[in-house]
Amino acid sequence: MKLEELRYGTELIKRGFASMQKGGVIMDVTSAEQAEIAEAAGAVAVMALHAVPADIRAAGGVARMADPQKILEIMDAVSIPVMAKVRIGHFVEAEILEALGVDMIDESEVLTPADVQHHIDKKQFTVPFVCGARDLGEALRRIDEGAAMIRTKGEAGTGDVVEAVRHMRLIQGEIRGLAALTQEELRLAARRLEAPLSLVEETARLQRLPVVNFAAGGVATPADAALLMRLGADGVFVGSGIFKSEHPERMAAAIVEAVHHYDDPQTLAEVSKGLGEPMRGISARTLSEQEALQTRGW
Amino acid sequence: MRTGVIALQGDVSEHVHSLKRAAAHMGIEIEVVPIRRRGTVPSCDVLVLPGGESTTLCRLLSQEGILEELVDAAHRGMPILATCAGLIVLASEGDELVERTGQRLAGVLDIAVRRNAFGRQRESFEAPVEVKGIGTFPAVFIRAPAVERVGEAVEVIATLDGRIVGVQQDNTVAVAFHPELTEDVRLHAYVLSLALGSGTTSSPCTTSSP
Repeated sequence: MKLEELRYGTELIKRGFASMQKGGVIMDVTSAEQAEIAEAAGAVAVMALHAVPADIRAAGGVARMADPQKILEIMDAVSIPVMAKVRIGHFVEAEILEALGVDMIDESEVLTPADVQHHIDKKQFTVPFVCGARDLGEALRRIDEGAAMIRTKGEAGTGDVVEAVRHMRLIQGEIRGLAALTQEELRLAARRLEAPLSLVEETARLQRLPVVNFAAGGVATPADAALLMRLGADGVFVGSGIFKSEHPERMAAAIVEAVHHYDDPQTLAEVSKGLGEPMRGISARTLSEQEALQTRGW
Repeated sequence: MRTGVIALQGDVSEHVHSLKRAAAHMGIEIEVVPIRRRGTVPSCDVLVLPGGESTTLCRLLSQEGILEELVDAAHRGMPILATCAGLIVLASEGDELVERTGQRLAGVLDIAVRRNAFGRQRESFEAPVEVKGIGTFPAVFIRAPAVERVGEAVEVIATLDGRIVGVQQDNTVAVAFHPELTEDVRLHAYVLSLALGSGTTSSPCTTSSP
């Protein structure tokens, strides 16, 4: 074997990593202790950040990449992959996370955007990226920039699943809509979606996004997680829903089981019993335009 | 032929796709069944254990009561293909990571594994690997494990830079890489051929690359 035949950071490797997360739950954590709880509960990966979305929302101010010291502590504490968030367009934060050895970078609207025009050129990185999307056009634009995984944005930190449901239904519906189109119509669709024709064609042919699509934003109960799986999610991100609930260990394990048995109401009933109070939450409908996180990014 | 794919977590659909293509290539009919709970494994003729996160997979396999069925099936000689995390699940001995996370391994293969032997995702790579009896295989390694010790009953079928990345013991074939992420279905075809009784433990079949 010649070492020059080794290839790192290819599209296949990045998307392959995302495929390994399918059917799993990725949990937000802010410390090594929380990461250990997430791993023990059966999380497939953890997302390291300095504060969960509910706290970011409450605290206000500028939200940035977490302290590298904390991220390293989390990486030392668990064997599952560790992801971490950077601000939209902040390629230097992304370079720092890549240097730390983080397994996946989330270019996230939950943090305050650093650039109002450009997302990160993700193809320049060896580490794969996950990006948020509310509709098909947004998802395909992120994939075009090199995202290896998409997550619906939902409305993070609210504990209200309504926006995650809206985004998942919209993306799935738009994909189904592509199936009926002729080649000429696909070209028009690509213009309307502001996405490359090749990606639109690929999506129409596959009848799914070319990369893994997880649900996120507002998941607070096992039933919420199962609902999104029923709507076609490949897996689920849970943020504030776990460590803002009364019994994080129980809630985390129950959500993992719910994602696994998402089409079995009997088991869902069983795992949903006696979990204590879920996160308190705020109705996403009561948020003003300025308070909404999902509208960040384009 | 009834082909079961353990569908608890990981890249299940990719394996289903590869199996169907392998079967079409071999000109045989197969039925592919996803296995999410106990009771299905004994009715299968051949099994595939996909990659994913081994901590999560071990936990769910044990919780769902599938782990025991898997061990029984292997001991009865059912052909099994395990990839990446699947290789860890089937091992008899793990490293300190396995110890710390309390993973319950199946112990089907007399091997010791090291998790993330090549590093984190940043160090994941593609490389051509020689697989015994099959030839050069386009291998995709993602946070891949490596085999650190093999028992007498185990045959090494692939190595990379001196490290063991593929083994076979009786009808169980395990590789540290991900054949299902590529269009090359020779390993899937090989395991199907074992179920047909046309493979042998010492010389993997040589179904040509598509």
